[in-house]
Amino acid sequence: MKHIISALVENKSGVLAHVAGMFAARAFNIDSLVVGRTEDPKLSRMTIVVIGDDRVLEQVRKQLAKVVPVVKVQDFVGKPVVARDLMLISISAPPEKRPEILPLIEMFKGKVVDIGPKFVMVEVSGPEAKIEAFINICKPYGIKSVARTGTIAMPRQAQTDS
Amino acid sequence: MKSRSRSSAGSAESPKKSSVKAGAQIIVDTLLEQGVDTMFGYPGGVVLPFFDRLYDAPIKFVIPRHEQGGCHMADGYARASGKVGVVVATSGPGACNLTTGLATAMMDSVPIVALTGQVRTELIGNDAFQEADTTGITRPVTKYNCIVKDVNDLARIIREAFYIASTGRSGPVLIDIPLDVQVARCETASSVKMELPGYRVRPEGHAKQISAAAAAINASERPVLYVGGGVISANATDELRAMAEKAHLPVTTTLLGLGSYDQSKPESLDMLGMHGSAYANYAVQECDLLIAVGARFDDRVTGKLKDFAPNAKIVHIDVDPSSISKNVKVDIPVVGDAKHILAELINEVEYREREKWFKKIAEWKKKFPFSYDRNASTVKPQYVVDEVCRQTDGKAIITTGVGQNQMWAAQFYRFSRPRQLISSGGLGTMGYGLPAAIGAQVARPDETVIDIDGDHSFNMTMTELRTAVENELPIKVCILNNGYMGMVRQWQELFYNKRYSKSYLSNPDYANVAEALGAVGITVDKKADVSGAVKKMLSEKNRPCVVDFKVEREENVWPMVPAGKSLNEMDGLDILESLA
Repeated sequence: MKHIISALVENKSGVLAHVAGMFAARAFNIDSLVVGRTEDPKLSRMTIVVIGDDRVLEQVRKQLAKVVPVVKVQDFVGKPVVARDLMLISISAPPEKRPEILPLIEMFKGKVVDIGPKFVMVEVSGPEAKIEAFINICKPYGIKSVARTGTIAMPRQAQTDS
Repeated sequence: MKSRSRSSAGSAESPKKSSVKAGAQIIVDTLLEQGVDTMFGYPGGVVLPFFDRLYDAPIKFVIPRHEQGGCHMADGYARASGKVGVVVATSGPGACNLTTGLATAMMDSVPIVALTGQVRTELIGNDAFQEADTTGITRPVTKYNCIVKDVNDLARIIREAFYIASTGRSGPVLIDIPLDVQVARCETASSVKMELPGYRVRPEGHAKQISAAAAAINASERPVLYVGGGVISANATDELRAMAEKAHLPVTTTLLGLGSYDQSKPESLDMLGMHGSAYANYAVQECDLLIAVGARFDDRVTGKLKDFAPNAKIVHIDVDPSSISKNVKVDIPVVGDAKHILAELINEVEYREREKWFKKIAEWKKKFPFSYDRNASTVKPQYVVDEVCRQTDGKAIITTGVGQNQMWAAQFYRFSRPRQLISSGGLGTMGYGLPAAIGAQVARPDETVIDIDGDHSFNMTMTELRTAVENELPIKVCILNNGYMGMVRQWQELFYNKRYSKSYLSNPDYANVAEALGAVGITVDKKADVSGAVKKMLSEKNRPCVVDFKVEREENVWPMVPAGKSLNEMDGLDILESLA
């Protein structure tokens, strides 16, 4: 099962290596790993998508929490979250094909961010399934390259809170 | 043996009252503030400023012949004393040579602070002379490590290193300090706050979990207390014994747990696991409650996981939450410091007779004791350990190599107090015994420290014998010399049709080696000479003594749970039974 783990870590050198090294050493499978700054300059947030059963994930959470510069670990599994990927995709789009392709981009709320004689570069964001669907839709036209951020996520506010 | 060179690149200031100090002086001052009076290490180019400041410092310094030896010495010192062991090495090869020692300490949760020099900050990443990515190399084998790039952080980071190494599940911490940081000067404050937002130590166990554990113990008809090295690290031996006595529990220990419980007690089941006692292994397989304290369900303990303690509810008391349910699913976890939790548990457990259970255990003990052919004409390795135990009244501190020698030491020496057995359990580091004995003797100058070693284990670090001579440490080394890598040979005999592929090599005359290095050397090849040689060895008060016991070459360690088998599928029981 896929779990989105969010880890607040100290923003200092070696932390990414420590976390990535721990995952490799313990043979945990990382699907994606995103690191970025937070509102606090001393802290970064790592969002890690991990695949494994409950036992593996329990170890992932505990081993992650054990890494000294890791401040807080949350597993979003089973919780309402907003999870998003960002993708840049370059699609083969000679002028004659554009009338066909542009509405597709529209349908996925994508943005054309660069256009040349042969290719268009499109920016798409959304849940992973949407990104995958867009890639599949584009395949028949020819994909030149894809760059994706991996998932970032944040829990939704509990609806019962007043 | 301090370096006479005072013209170091450091030119660090001499200690003045001024609060502006060089990094090298800050290191020394912080070590002293942390109570360090002994350290181990080897100098080199980029640690010269630090060594210069060490010249006048009131710190006993032991120089190994190789940094690996230095790290094992710090480890042996830490295990024998309960204090943090400190080792220093230079950059590049010096730091690389520490890795085996750090990994050994990491696996066995031994508190060590390792300080390494690093090339100047501006050279880092340029493949400079003696540059290695020390924090990168040692990250997986340390509890924590970091490089100090600003002298203003130095005192704080060293304090943090000692705190992290010695609290929670203890372990090695490495601090990498570039040359320029040792030379740079800064204002120092007497108290600097640690900044460890991600490091939490949970000393107290959850009251509800403790009560649940107590209820399970009180309800149990066939309990087994399974004790690991964590009880010794936590200095919780008294509490453990009191709890076991009050609840009336049979006690088995891991290799590293030996000494936490007095093996002369009738409730002692001795060591469990691959070469553990038949009675401990049977008891674990048949118990209805297994209470693990400071142990981690290592594969050498559990055998085939699926069949481990099949009828038991499992209580696990451990300071490291990630140890809980890592290998074996735990029913009642109690996370926290063993000393505190056991003290609480004592209040809630009740005495129960458990007559049937103890009777069954007594039967197993009678039927399958650790044994060997006492009438053999050859020198049996077990007999040597027996004799060492007898003549030291079971009171010596024992270190070991790894393999058969280690298992025989664990099976035939009778341990009664904590910090008495010092052995590389998790990593299984051959060559550990001699340097660990040196560290232990430095920590405990008034005790008898004996390294029960194998010939091939001894070969790996025997150069450190000179370190013992130089420091007038009267350690004893008993080489159980069978001319083989004994445990490798045993596996080849049992599982590879006796094809002894590369498991032997030619050994030197160890008595001559010992004498050449300034120690006392004795060779024993007759059974009749064993007792006298042990006596002579124990009488040496100022010099190390090495006794080369030419033992029965193809003796095996019994019983044995073959890898992948469950604990009750032991080989060699027929042999033990026939000797009982």
